[in-house]
Amino acid sequence: MKKQDISRSIEKVDSREKISGAAAFTSDIKLDGMHYAKSVRSPIPRGRIKQVNLPSLPKGYVVVDHRDIPGENVVKMIHDDWPVFPKTEVAYIGEPILLVVGPDKEKVAELADAVEIEFEELEPTFGFTNSAIDLHYDKGDPDRAFETAARTVSYEYETGYQEQAYIEPQGFVGYLDEGTYTLVGSIQCPYYVKNAVLATMAADEDDVRVIQAPVGGAFGGKEEFPSLTATQLAVALRKVQKPIKFIYEREEDMIATTKRHPSKVRMEAALDENNNIQGLRAHVGLDGGAYLGLSGVVLSRGMLAATNAYTIDNVWVDGDVYVTNTVPNGAFRGFGAPQMIFAIEMFIHHVAKEVGEDTYTFRTRHQVSQGDLTSTGGVYRDPIILDEMSKKAEEISDYHRKRKEYEDPDTFKGIGMSWFLHGCGFTGSGEQEKIKARVKLKKDADGTVRILVAAVDMGQGPKTTFRKLVADVLDLPLEQVLFPYPDTRYVPDSGPTVASRTMMVVGGLLARAAKDLKESWREGEVQEAMQRYKQPDYIEWDQDRMKGDAYPAYSWGVNVVEVEVSKVTYEVDIKHVWSVYDLGKAIDERIVLGQADGGQAQGVVGLGYLEVMEHEGGALKQKNLTDYIIPTAVDMPKTENHIMDNPYPLGPYGAKGVGELTLVGGPPAVALAIEQAIGRRVRKAPVTPEYIMELIHNG
Amino acid sequence: MADITFTLNGERITLREEPNLRFLDVLREKLNHTGAKEGCGEGECGACAILLDGHIVNSCLLPLASVDGRDVVTIEGYRMTERYQMLEKAFIEEGAVQCGICTPGMMIAAESMLRENPDPTDEEIRHGLAGNLCRCTGYNMIIAAIRRAAKEGEGLW
Repeated sequence: MKKQDISRSIEKVDSREKISGAAAFTSDIKLDGMHYAKSVRSPIPRGRIKQVNLPSLPKGYVVVDHRDIPGENVVKMIHDDWPVFPKTEVAYIGEPILLVVGPDKEKVAELADAVEIEFEELEPTFGFTNSAIDLHYDKGDPDRAFETAARTVSYEYETGYQEQAYIEPQGFVGYLDEGTYTLVGSIQCPYYVKNAVLATMAADEDDVRVIQAPVGGAFGGKEEFPSLTATQLAVALRKVQKPIKFIYEREEDMIATTKRHPSKVRMEAALDENNNIQGLRAHVGLDGGAYLGLSGVVLSRGMLAATNAYTIDNVWVDGDVYVTNTVPNGAFRGFGAPQMIFAIEMFIHHVAKEVGEDTYTFRTRHQVSQGDLTSTGGVYRDPIILDEMSKKAEEISDYHRKRKEYEDPDTFKGIGMSWFLHGCGFTGSGEQEKIKARVKLKKDADGTVRILVAAVDMGQGPKTTFRKLVADVLDLPLEQVLFPYPDTRYVPDSGPTVASRTMMVVGGLLARAAKDLKESWREGEVQEAMQRYKQPDYIEWDQDRMKGDAYPAYSWGVNVVEVEVSKVTYEVDIKHVWSVYDLGKAIDERIVLGQADGGQAQGVVGLGYLEVMEHEGGALKQKNLTDYIIPTAVDMPKTENHIMDNPYPLGPYGAKGVGELTLVGGPPAVALAIEQAIGRRVRKAPVTPEYIMELIHNG
Repeated sequence: MADITFTLNGERITLREEPNLRFLDVLREKLNHTGAKEGCGEGECGACAILLDGHIVNSCLLPLASVDGRDVVTIEGYRMTERYQMLEKAFIEEGAVQCGICTPGMMIAAESMLRENPDPTDEEIRHGLAGNLCRCTGYNMIIAAIRRAAKEGEGLW
């Protein structure tokens, strides 16, 4: 029997329970004797805690703070700088200092409001001055490239904060189950949470259990931050010994949780006498906020994208994470790459314009090909189909005709195109050395197969696609393959749900485990199949020097955006987005197309144009969904998205990464369209009407 | 405390409660109707949408007193209808559901819109959904689903 193409879409397995409202998200969970927790937060950007004055607490109400921590007062991530509860100093406005816990939610809120904390204020740090992490890599001989240059061109670019704005705020429900800290929450990374709680509670492996509830959107925002709320909640559980619900309100979520790093990127190109870029120097600065968290890794991914989909032989890239007394920044779909891809895509155009060349010809001449060296001297081993992809994108968008037509400045219309790549999975040897993913399939005597992995469905669909994949390998009906919500009591650590690794890495291991199970299948017996990640032999990566193959595979994309700018208000009507993607092979086409639309909503419309967040003296000016404007159905343009198969030999059915790819190239595409419409060089995203006005008035 | 009487999903009920309670809390905490979700608590996101006398309302901004004598339909009641079945099928077929936290509110918005305008254009659908935020889908698949439901469900609205 000929099998159906794996890409052919099926009904998402959890659609019905979500449409009907029956799916129990974290805040829908109720437990007997449930208590509520509420944070008391720092009102100042930096200061010493002098004294905490508590209101008189009725019976059953308690305060939980740093003194209640049995283990380490550190949120275990990469660096040890982020406290669970600050002991002596606060470092940003909104930093949670202590919790008030009790049986009545209103009373808890009232008591939390009545807590008075006296501070000795200290001088806060803002801006791009106080570097805490600096990274560097180079390739070829950049000094010589600049010494021998016929000319050099340099520009600076900026991007702003972006808030994940998942519609379901952060939250957990926790309880003690015969002494085991059991945390059910809205999370991306069950084992990050578990490991953080183990360290804070000085607990044994079996004393902490983390369960994923249905997740109402995450986009990176529930990657590392839940480790903070989970550790605080575990400390509270130990003290209160009652089930506790700990849900952030929208404003708390906006002021206190991680955002996309604001960036400043400086780029300098060395050109030879034929206007070829023979050298590139780049410096990437990220505003890390008060604590480092994942900022170093975000910086690294950003830096690695410095040459994007171009081959430049001589490269010098530096980057810094600056510590400031502002909300800590962290993971957000794209993870540093959107900032860098914005800079390099704009820069390539600006260099071409500077030397008087046609931008399209100029960038095509520098485009990567299979066999070229990456920015870090690794090799693009797999076929690259960017030519076919851009041709397709140009056709469906009528790019060239419109580009010419909109050269007439009176039209105030523009069309922009970006092309871009995204490295799939963890950087370098991260999968092999840090994550060491393990997956398990368990077959019951009746032939039911259970998928046991820690990968989280936060809307992007692995509940469906993993079942589809495993069922397909095993030749079983979908109903015979189950994928329960990850629970660390039963699932091995298959790694976090991040870095566009879920299908390629975890799915790849599942496909291999399914193949093993199929080959050893014995009717009526309980069986298990395990797989552990093994890095492809050819990958060589030197983490200290950032040299070699930064990623095992790359996904590719082309975005075309058409706009019309109002001559009166400078508001931008984003009329249409066309995209073509190479993500290897779609495991479910409709799910991938959904990712495409969603990524463009956040990338083209959100980060590119609409979403503005700023702070003043460390206080965010946008604190809720009324001030922080995310795209509505009216703001979202029509889209046309195409997937081109280009199977990756080591991915399941050829699949590579999807989720982030659909966002990272959005901002430059819309910015280039606006650049054409207004006839000014755009160097900042989001390209707001205010910024457009500034550009037009100041020339 | 006051006696508040209203129809909830076709059933007449009376509650003795503080009249200024948020109706969303009453639904979720006291009546165990958790299909309406809290996304923002300030009437911006539409995840808590319900039908009040047939029109979409954000229940997070609604004091309990305001439902006295009125007809309330939540997703728990709406899901028993033929119109719901039609929208559900269309949402599934068009891939309109990702994380699902906004979806019950989107269903309520679709019902409220189609009731007034059974054959909306895409532009009208966009405006009809403008009070409901979705961060996953970029809306186009939701719009396609509503268009499909309106077409295939001709005569239902």
